[in-house]
Amino acid sequence: METYTFLRQLADSWVMLAIFLLFIGVVFWAFRPGSRPIHQDAANSIFRHDKKPAAAEGMRDQRAPSLRQPEEA
Amino acid sequence: MWDYIKLVVLGAVAVLAAIAANYAHDLAYQVNAIVVMLAAAIAFVYALRHTGEARVYPANEYFDGVVRAGVIATTFWGVVGFLVGVVIAFQLAFPQLNIDHAFGILNFGRLRPLHTSAVIFAFGGNALIMSAFYIVQRTSASRLFGGNLGWFVFWGWQLMIVMAATSYVLGGTQGKEYAETVWYIDIWIAVVWVAFLLAFIGTLWNRKEPHIYVANWFLLSMIVTVAMLHIVNNLAIPVSIFSSQSVPVYAGVQDAMVQWWYGHNAVGFFLTAGFLGMMYYFVPKQAERPVYSYKLSIIHFWALIFLYIWAGPHHLHYTALPDWASTLGMVMSVILWMPSWGGMINGLMTLSGAWDKLRTDPVIRMMVVSIGFYGMSTFEGPMMSIKAVNSLSHYTDWTIGHVHSGALGWNGMITFGALYFLTPKLWNRDGLYSLKLVSWHFWLATIGIVLYASSMWVTGIMEGLMWREVDANGFLVNAFADTVAAKFPMYVVRGLGGALFLTGALIMAYNLWMTVRAQPAKAVNNSLVPAE
Repeated sequence: METYTFLRQLADSWVMLAIFLLFIGVVFWAFRPGSRPIHQDAANSIFRHDKKPAAAEGMRDQRAPSLRQPEEA
Repeated sequence: MWDYIKLVVLGAVAVLAAIAANYAHDLAYQVNAIVVMLAAAIAFVYALRHTGEARVYPANEYFDGVVRAGVIATTFWGVVGFLVGVVIAFQLAFPQLNIDHAFGILNFGRLRPLHTSAVIFAFGGNALIMSAFYIVQRTSASRLFGGNLGWFVFWGWQLMIVMAATSYVLGGTQGKEYAETVWYIDIWIAVVWVAFLLAFIGTLWNRKEPHIYVANWFLLSMIVTVAMLHIVNNLAIPVSIFSSQSVPVYAGVQDAMVQWWYGHNAVGFFLTAGFLGMMYYFVPKQAERPVYSYKLSIIHFWALIFLYIWAGPHHLHYTALPDWASTLGMVMSVILWMPSWGGMINGLMTLSGAWDKLRTDPVIRMMVVSIGFYGMSTFEGPMMSIKAVNSLSHYTDWTIGHVHSGALGWNGMITFGALYFLTPKLWNRDGLYSLKLVSWHFWLATIGIVLYASSMWVTGIMEGLMWREVDANGFLVNAFADTVAAKFPMYVVRGLGGALFLTGALIMAYNLWMTVRAQPAKAVNNSLVPAE
């Protein structure tokens, strides 16, 4: 089979299915249980560290937002 | 050691550029070589005067110098690009404005790529670089990666703009829309863009926040995809190392398809994904509320990424392109309407519970109108991609109206909003110089866009109908010149709309200038930070 014909057939069958399933998977992943607090935290991340970078100790406190020490703006 | 290598490289570039200018086959190449020579010489002198100085990159401060420079460059190139746009709009209405004694330099054909590149790559590109550098630092809580890499990106981009502008007016072009820059400028763009990617990814790598905020996803997809599109579309073999001419590696319909795969994704990723990154940061910041739905923003992102890349063939309906390819492009374009409106709703609903801000804050008003235009042009675009509609709209001024409702309304307004947001913050000023002037800018720009878009709808549809009009015997009724004559009043209205938009931008430039010059610095209540 010609390379073009092979790639054409592969693209509009298995690859298309794979891409479609990947997309559906991403959507379901966004709605997975327990994602709400993570997303809320991410949505609010723009209101932290406006003036200065975080202290150089490493990753920020990763506990649920309500348990954290309040930070400086 | 690094300082000495830098001096050797810059000196060598200056000398080689001088030699290249001497051997140049064409004027555009020669002038570009001289520009490179001067840029390298200036950089050489600057590097020489700062040799051996200790460089400090304090990790506890953001790298805002380059963002400030970006604000200035965005405003400057915006005004230049809009001005050239107004000039060519009136050249179309009054052909006498193509001045005979200017050796062709000021003709519409030379100024048109100058206008498109100035607004897309100079104004839009600087807006994107500036916003990306600001946003990625804030949302990663980390200083921009790579020491002075940010400055390399900034100055490299300005050099690209100057080279492209001087090349276009002297006839240097490779004839691809929105990719007119000749081969050596393309190589330079790729170098600067990779540096941009490195600075961006390095900052994300160093981030102190566990999650990468969604604005960064959009910005990163913009950087990565534009690199890919740019390199693939510009594959060409130069006819000589001393010439600006080159031969593309693709031929015929492949060349056309690669060009519009590039062209539409330049719209999709440069002008849409990148500016959505700005929307997802600046709108919530200005409204002081988090984005309406973070989940929707994730779905918006992935749907856009999965769909946009297929939409290019709708630029080639009824051409030599195979029918299945153009149908694929049309279907994907229509589906694309959904995620676009999802994003628009997400942006607008961010204001839910704070709609009163629309009355008091003209900056938020500007952002909301920009999201409105995003919604309008992402409805109009899919509609125009339908073959039956396209058979009327294609090659007419309707297309130009569509592009401008997106570019002036969406890209322009969100960038103005970002500039109004950033200037007081970056120069530590207590608010803008005048909100009244922002209101003036808002109304001038909005009325300008409305005049522009509506005149282009009228003239585009009229033109399309005149082209296809046949008499009882099947003969065409109108000559091409008849349509040109009929379009005159709309062309004048379009020029006036552009002039209003330009006036608004000048008012903004004045307002930003006065914000930095005349506004008092923000009072610092306590600059001492307790030791922890």
